[in-house]
Amino acid sequence: MTENTEATGGPERRVRVVLVDDHRMFRTGVQAEIGRTEETGVEVVGEAADVDQAVTVITATRPEVVLLDVHLPGGGGVEVLRRCAPMMGAVEDPVRFLALSVSDAAEDVIGVIRGGARGYVTKTITGADLVDSVFRVQEGDAVFSPRLAGFVLDAFASTDAPPIDEDMDRLTQREREVLRLIARGYAYKEIAKQLFISVKTVESHVSAVLRKLQLSNRHELTRWATARRLV
Amino acid sequence: MPAATTRAPSSPSPDLEEPPPRKLYRSADGRMLGGVARGLGGHLGLPVAWVRFLFLGLFLADGLGALLYAVFWIVVPLGVGGVEAPKSVFETAPDGRRRLRKPDKGQVFALVALLVGAVSFVGNVDMGNGADRYIWPTLLIGAGSVLVWRQADNARRARWMEVGRRRRVLRLARGLAGVALVGLGLAVFMVVRGSAAQLGNVLTAAIAVLTGIALLAGPYLVRMTQDLSEERLMRIRAQERAEVAAHVHDSVLHTLTLIQRNADDGGEVRRLARAQERELRNWLYNPEGTGKDEADEPENLAEAVKRAAAEVEDKHGVPLEVVVVGDCPLDEKLAAQMQAAREAMVNAAKYGGEGGAVQVFAEVEGNTVFVSVRDRGPGFDLDAVPGDRMGVRESIIGRMQRNGGTARLRSVPGGGTEVELEMERAGQ
Repeated sequence: MTENTEATGGPERRVRVVLVDDHRMFRTGVQAEIGRTEETGVEVVGEAADVDQAVTVITATRPEVVLLDVHLPGGGGVEVLRRCAPMMGAVEDPVRFLALSVSDAAEDVIGVIRGGARGYVTKTITGADLVDSVFRVQEGDAVFSPRLAGFVLDAFASTDAPPIDEDMDRLTQREREVLRLIARGYAYKEIAKQLFISVKTVESHVSAVLRKLQLSNRHELTRWATARRLV
Repeated sequence: MPAATTRAPSSPSPDLEEPPPRKLYRSADGRMLGGVARGLGGHLGLPVAWVRFLFLGLFLADGLGALLYAVFWIVVPLGVGGVEAPKSVFETAPDGRRRLRKPDKGQVFALVALLVGAVSFVGNVDMGNGADRYIWPTLLIGAGSVLVWRQADNARRARWMEVGRRRRVLRLARGLAGVALVGLGLAVFMVVRGSAAQLGNVLTAAIAVLTGIALLAGPYLVRMTQDLSEERLMRIRAQERAEVAAHVHDSVLHTLTLIQRNADDGGEVRRLARAQERELRNWLYNPEGTGKDEADEPENLAEAVKRAAAEVEDKHGVPLEVVVVGDCPLDEKLAAQMQAAREAMVNAAKYGGEGGAVQVFAEVEGNTVFVSVRDRGPGFDLDAVPGDRMGVRESIIGRMQRNGGTARLRSVPGGGTEVELEMERAGQ
């Protein structure tokens, strides 16, 4: 992310977005809130209500960011991620996914993140914050909501079994600090100020955590999420 | 069948009877075999021993008793008739209550009695020349069949399933014994008719064996198909229900979210929506709907934080976002910390609520419990608000210090206030 957090009005920034959610009402609401392209720079180029539709629409429109619901008919958000994996990994114009859900059950959240989503926000998020998150994801950054940060801290804290890959399965002290501040509700800029580092550094820490989360060897992460059922 | 012979010797003591139920049932309690005699005794208001003697007597009359008993067994459903309360002198004599071990002893006793009865019967009754050699095989086959078929008795089956694995082994052994008996009987038939050994006889024997197998396997097959279809049905039903539930609840959450977002009428609607949402989440994501009772005190830190936040949220109409990392049981010091945290939440909701949701974060790391409460309000100046300052000092800072913890109050870069509470847990 670049420094302009309040760039919601910046007409020079544009992002093409597909909405995937099985509730039409919600799609309409999000569209109304962030889809005013002139103001927000967000252009909604497609909508889908289930897994098959989603894959079709995403393939056809090649958006930069997909707002993906966790619960979907036909296999859920995880299934969309699985079938769109080639597009996610594309070198040129990769499609990035931001999970957007009412569910804050740990297994749902960890599931989509491990499936390849670049971040997770709850549906109670404000329009401005959502636009901000979309841009961040577009730029390849990771988006952690406070709750997700909490889940991750929790998951990496419970080290009953020795990690298989030491580097991968452990968060550095700095990463933990950053996550903790996110969990406490700090924005990137505030975190940077708090830790006397640059926003860029905060971003790289968060991305590193996301990568660890996605690639982590610890199988117990998923098991943890399922067993824990945190709210 | 010599079944009825088992009745008499094994329960010589007269039992007292309860007033009979109006319908005739076989008795599941304190029965020795099929519960026919006991059920009948209960129904007629007669001591069960009398009924058993009657059956025995009838049995001696050309085996009529056995036939009668068998018919009763098959036709009369199992029920609770003929249960009597008082205990009898003999342990083997069943009393009214269900004792797990007693029926077993009774059965052993009955088996012995059966053998004795059968031997004396065969020894004493002379049926003329040729008949003799057929009695043993017939008895064997009969006994085997009964052993196997009896397993189809639903009630017994259910009980065995309940009692578990060891009983299942017993059942298997029983089945095998039955098969062996039938086989033995057939073999004896063959040997007796033996040396002639014509083809016709062999064929007859083969057919007999096949029929026997069909008879023996019948109950198992029937039972297996029944169980399978029942299980499948249950599974489908459970799946369906889970799916419906997931969908419906998702929708409800949606509606609530939309209400929250669109409510121009702020306050009340939002408060209700939040409360409702929280309740639903709790119900949805907490296994088996744990502890929604307001009455009982929370025992764990996570629960305590969540509950405090929920109460503040309800009271002040400001959303509180709670993130808890780790959990531990509450002790006295942590309870004090929770009270301080609650006070901080109230403050945040009162003075910083218009800046957005209040963030509550709690973490258990080793022995340290850290709680932060943060608002994005104007950030109140401690020195400028003497009244609150006292409140803050007493109920947050003072309380934490008295209990050996620390409290820090500071304004956050970018506006707002954050209260940080740290406390060591009592020794582990």
